[in-house]
Amino acid sequence: MAIPRFWRETPSRYNLIGTKCKNCDTIYFPPRLICPKCHRKSIGKLEPIKLKGEGEVITYTVIHDGPKQFEMQIPYIMAIIELDEGVRLTAQIVECESNEIKIGMRVKSTFRKLGEDGKAGVIHYGYKFIKA
Amino acid sequence: MKVGIVSYGGYVPTYRITPKEIGNVWGVDGDVISKGLRIFGKSVPSPDEDVITISVEAARNMIKRCEVDPQDVEAIYVGSESHPYAVKPTATIVAEAIGAVPNLTAADYEFACKAGTAAIQTCMGLVASKMIKYGIAIGSDTSQGAPGDALEYSASAGGASFLIGRENVIATINKTLSYTTDTPDFWRREGQMYPSHGGRFTGEPAYFKHVINCGRELLDAVGKTPEDYDHMVLHQPNGKFPVRAAKKLGFNDEQIKTGLLTPFIGNTYSGAVLLGLANILDIAKPGENIFVVGYGSGAGSDGFDITVTENIKKMDRGPNFSIQSMVDNKKFLDYATYAKYRGKIKLREV
Repeated sequence: MAIPRFWRETPSRYNLIGTKCKNCDTIYFPPRLICPKCHRKSIGKLEPIKLKGEGEVITYTVIHDGPKQFEMQIPYIMAIIELDEGVRLTAQIVECESNEIKIGMRVKSTFRKLGEDGKAGVIHYGYKFIKA
Repeated sequence: MKVGIVSYGGYVPTYRITPKEIGNVWGVDGDVISKGLRIFGKSVPSPDEDVITISVEAARNMIKRCEVDPQDVEAIYVGSESHPYAVKPTATIVAEAIGAVPNLTAADYEFACKAGTAAIQTCMGLVASKMIKYGIAIGSDTSQGAPGDALEYSASAGGASFLIGRENVIATINKTLSYTTDTPDFWRREGQMYPSHGGRFTGEPAYFKHVINCGRELLDAVGKTPEDYDHMVLHQPNGKFPVRAAKKLGFNDEQIKTGLLTPFIGNTYSGAVLLGLANILDIAKPGENIFVVGYGSGAGSDGFDITVTENIKKMDRGPNFSIQSMVDNKKFLDYATYAKYRGKIKLREV
């Protein structure tokens, strides 16, 4: 991955920074510059908001044949999580066996290594989730 | 100028492995090793955990239970001998992850197992001189022992973070002093995956000499005797060394027990004495005195004389943050999974 691309996403990946439309109070994650509901009325009105990182599992899948960087971790769980602020995101759930995961389970964010650009490259960090 | 601990937080990974499981692989009686080292299990980081993630989790636990704005933190020092990058500071990533950037100084420290206490001393100096308002000192490691080596039974993972400041301190650091010499008891050369050590040489001329001399000098400097302390914690490479050193200094089992975590989570290196101190602060009462001596191979010891204040009553020391709850939250691994998680199995290059 290009270094600037990940670097630009650091606030969201590290600290779950989304945006809130001051016009209609809708929260977005990842951050948006324009509210798709308010269109031009929202210009300049989206402000950063730090999400608490607590929510519940909406749905999930267990990956048995992952990409090479994740072969140490298979089988692992990817889930769609709805945060308490109402936004949904996709994230890995760690330290949870595939027979323990349940729809509706409470989870909270944790700071983990997401991947690396080879042995000599940049290491990427960000959010994953664990059982609350 | 009085300085002290404003807040603190720790992190211990969930996974554990027992000496028996390790010994089974190498044809050694792990129970004998366990008894010899007084280690019943050691913590193991997940494949997606390293010193940066452990430091961030510890620092976040510290920040969550105090009212300090991370923007008022003007220095972060992370002590470790397993920084993921040789060049690019762990401290910068911690600073970003807790929201302390950009107006602060940051750097990584290395002094074997005592880099975290060296970071506390640095923060104390900066805070006492009013160069900064708050400083964060972290000791964190994901230490490695070569497969089959004696270190493999103890080298574990964990870390603790301390916020040093002048106001609203939960514990005052009354005095710190150090004892340092050139003693080659344990080292890791550049580019080497595993450390080397001098076997029995790591004992008397290294650990015991530095810890005991530093401890005695600290007692003299503050004019106290072991009886004046309610708790004490020493660096703990295994479960036996700190008990022997504590007895030589004149402390008893009751004073030692709360700070001694190595029997349950192994030697967390730079995190060891700081996690022990954090576990003590989790149960300490106002007015209690704590005696701390860290040790780092190479070699040196940092000593601290600490008194708990009334402010500790306001801290959330419940199960969400307590070190004991992290020690108790565990899942045991077999050796094959442990070897996979610790990168001891050679894979195809990605």
